Amino acid sequence: MSPILEVEGLEKKYGNQAGCLDINLVLYPGEVLGVVGESGSGKSTMLNCISGQLLPEKGTVKFNSPSKGLVDIWSISNADQRFLARKEWAFVHQNPRDGLRMDISAGGNIGERLMSIGNRHYGQIRKAAEEWMERIELNAERIDHRPTTFSGGMQQRLQIARSLVTNPPLIFMDEPTGGLDVSVQARLLDLIRQLVHDLGLATILVTHDLAVIRMLADRILVMQKGRIVESGLADQVLDDPQHPYSQLLVTSVLRV
Amino acid sequence: MIFEVKNLTKEFQIHNQMNVNIKVFSNLSFSVKAGECVGIKGPSGTGKSTLMRMLYGNYLASSGSIIICEKELVGAEPKDILELRRFKLGYVSQFLRVLPRVSTFRLVSESAIRAGVSSEEAEQKTAELLSLLRISENLWDLSPLTFSGGEQQRINIARGFIYQYPALLLDEPTASLDRENRETVVNFIETAKANNVAIIGIFHDETVSSRLCDWHLNTETFLMSSDKG
Repeated sequence: MSPILEVEGLEKKYGNQAGCLDINLVLYPGEVLGVVGESGSGKSTMLNCISGQLLPEKGTVKFNSPSKGLVDIWSISNADQRFLARKEWAFVHQNPRDGLRMDISAGGNIGERLMSIGNRHYGQIRKAAEEWMERIELNAERIDHRPTTFSGGMQQRLQIARSLVTNPPLIFMDEPTGGLDVSVQARLLDLIRQLVHDLGLATILVTHDLAVIRMLADRILVMQKGRIVESGLADQVLDDPQHPYSQLLVTSVLRV
Repeated sequence: MIFEVKNLTKEFQIHNQMNVNIKVFSNLSFSVKAGECVGIKGPSGTGKSTLMRMLYGNYLASSGSIIICEKELVGAEPKDILELRRFKLGYVSQFLRVLPRVSTFRLVSESAIRAGVSSEEAEQKTAELLSLLRISENLWDLSPLTFSGGEQQRINIARGFIYQYPALLLDEPTASLDRENRETVVNFIETAKANNVAIIGIFHDETVSSRLCDWHLNTETFLMSSDKG
């Protein structure tokens, strides 16, 4: 099986501050990769460079696109990159307001991505939106309500539906459960796990919550000061970490 | 041979606490063939659980080789270890770590479905196993997180036995079970042995251990002395 994503020598600095440095990673279809590290370790910078949102200074991001074959996402045209970002990968932001349009209805939010890749049949789009609302456990009767009338957990689920409606093989998530209370988190995690599993989504999940990583990830990268300091099988890195920083990270978690 | 362990050595380097190096065992070698059951023995702290975790790919080896069903675990890619766990290597642990909200029934049937069993067959087998393990039917739709220790252990057992892995690791599978359930689990293990499953286990219960194990491996024999570095 060939990788869906291959990142080589990725680098992004902010002035002389390290954003992310010397990032190399390979992701296979259906694989869930968790990225952990403290705030400022470069997790989000790396994710933004890989998902086409932030131009890296060095390195390549090769994406095995279902429609275009193997492409370096930073050497194709802006139009092609935008198409891929709408159709073939999805990005779930920590704050649903960054991923949703708050001034249009829930159904409109889900349908927009379909329209952006050329779907025009109103009935079909509405039907797809209804199906996705049920899939993410939102009452389909609220299809015409705006996201501003939804709770934080509901907004986050809506953002996930909006990203997945075009059936992308790859999804990026930046702290998707951050800021939600624990019972809402559990529901969201179960939903994400089911979707990732059922749809065979390759996933890069950034979080600082190690319990979330244990439940969802197959493999982990530990980042510190912009670099990957350790990588391996998820439960192995959590239970037998090798790098001093990973050991510190794992032993700093309070048990409940 | 299903399990082949050669010159296995394990040390823990703990960087943040005065850089202690804990040496567990060195040059441990043994093999287990199909249909054989081996008990790991040794006083507390001699690395029984460490060895089990290394055999599952959960702890890294410091050096040596672990071959399970012809696949080298030491230095293997995560995806290859996951594939081995999915199809070849079962593990019954003492602890249950699961997502809230996932039902007991789904949790058990999923292990088999992931290994390629049809959902119909998996569901039938799940119902059969949960009944044999005396998990009352009104608990099947609940998450096992609120269950008692003995019930949780039986859920772990159901997950390990719903699919016949050729290699099986059992970490104190009967520890918190009553006599009747212990007997049921011992029967499962005997059946697995008869079906040519290679088993490595930690069994604290003497009667269970002598009934099941063909021979014992004593981790104390391979101990290294620890020093502070």
